Amino acid sequence: MTWLDILILLVRCLVLALASATLFAYFTLFERRLLAKFQHRIGPNRAGYIPLPGGKKLFGGWLQPAADAVKLFLKEDVVPAMADKWVYIMAPGFAVVPALIIWVAIPLGTWPDGMGGNWLHYAPIDVGVLYLLAVTSIGVYGIAIAGWASNNKYSMIGGVRASAQVISYELALGFAILAVVMQNSTFRTEEIVTSQGLIWNIIPQFLGFIIFLIASTAEVVRSPFDLVEAEQELVGGYNTEYGSMKFALFFMSEYIKLIAMNAIAVTLFLGGGNFPGIDTLVAAIKTSNGDTIAYAVQGALTLGAFLLKTTALSFLSVWVRASVPRVRYDQLMHLGWKVLLPLGLFNVVMTAVFGVLFPADSLIAKIIMCVVGVIVVVIVSATATPKHAKRGVTLVNPSAGN
Amino acid sequence: MLDAYVPLLAMVGIAVFIAVFVLSVSRILGPQKATVRKLAPYESGMEPIGDAMARFPIKFNLVAMLFILFDVEVIFFFPYALVYRQLGIPGLIEMGSFVLVLLVGLTYVWKKGALTWD
Repeated sequence: MTWLDILILLVRCLVLALASATLFAYFTLFERRLLAKFQHRIGPNRAGYIPLPGGKKLFGGWLQPAADAVKLFLKEDVVPAMADKWVYIMAPGFAVVPALIIWVAIPLGTWPDGMGGNWLHYAPIDVGVLYLLAVTSIGVYGIAIAGWASNNKYSMIGGVRASAQVISYELALGFAILAVVMQNSTFRTEEIVTSQGLIWNIIPQFLGFIIFLIASTAEVVRSPFDLVEAEQELVGGYNTEYGSMKFALFFMSEYIKLIAMNAIAVTLFLGGGNFPGIDTLVAAIKTSNGDTIAYAVQGALTLGAFLLKTTALSFLSVWVRASVPRVRYDQLMHLGWKVLLPLGLFNVVMTAVFGVLFPADSLIAKIIMCVVGVIVVVIVSATATPKHAKRGVTLVNPSAGN
Repeated sequence: MLDAYVPLLAMVGIAVFIAVFVLSVSRILGPQKATVRKLAPYESGMEPIGDAMARFPIKFNLVAMLFILFDVEVIFFFPYALVYRQLGIPGLIEMGSFVLVLLVGLTYVWKKGALTWD
């Protein structure tokens, strides 16, 4: 490796980090506008509009993330007197670094550099799936440390809740990812993408996909599993004592992790950047325009498809946030340990049995697994509720008076 | 094949740089007018009572212990996941008995009420 290579690598990494930060900034706008639509409001529509003749305003709100960032940069940087000062200051860093480094192991598309590499896959490591699992769960350290170092009771409860929640759902997440590894017999993320072919993993691994969606939402402590920052009971949760850019870094890590989880779901279950017909298209361009242009077009198209799928899943996340009320802590633990963990184990056993009895690319096995998965999801979602949360039970006895 | 890990290392460096940069820039740009009230921990407007780094319910500790137990067992599955097609039926039976042991453990913990949060 020459110095030039290292420089190019650093610039590429900087581009990736800034791209994910921009993605986060515009995801907040996307979410705020969508939530406003869900609630019959307008949402942020002022910052940076283009005035048209006739009083109409175009693209209102597109500078809102920038305005928020400038505001947060200019806020006072407070370190509470009773806090553990250095741990308190470092905690946002512990939260944001894992969120940013998730992206290197995700193949964001296919753009061959002509030497067997891929511009859109930074680190094609041979334990990619394990790396993703490790980095997504290490992010909770930031939250737990922040809760402890703030020396505030709300933060402390938020941090402890976060640790328990994340480790509980990590088991289900691990089982869901394990089944995908078994399906494709590889730990390399790019091989998982290519070996899915036209029948994406969501078909044989439908049950795994549902488990992954729920567990990943809980893993990034996102609504309806956001008990860590339940504002009605915990003020702000682990970030109560944080302000200025330190708060923004927590916010950023949470949202980047959410988008990254959706990106991992796209990689593992929805075929990554592939879509039907991409191979013939690239082959056609390659014969007419040469390799370089064909590779660039392939890179642009696969990256576009990847981002489109990720956006679709992110829309689902916003939709869930707008529709589903927050769960109670006992319901959270019930879902994680008594529903998703046995289901994940079942899914792994099913994948193993079908994988041993049928050849690797058997279509019949995939269809049977899909049908079984759908049936199991329907039955479990209809029956699995905590015993004491049945209908007809009221918390307040109206005849008891005052 | 360690070359593939170099971008990862570079990304860690960039991420740490961004975190440090953002934290120090807001430190420089923001005003610094600390008062006693402002630096007190927020406790719904009350004077803070006692220290927050105190005891918390043992249930969280129990969850952590159960996690360690089951997560180690999940890790045992990962080597199997790569070679289970070559191992065939005998491997399936061996892994099935391992799953059975795991299920016995889960049932025990479940019946003991360790998974019920109340």
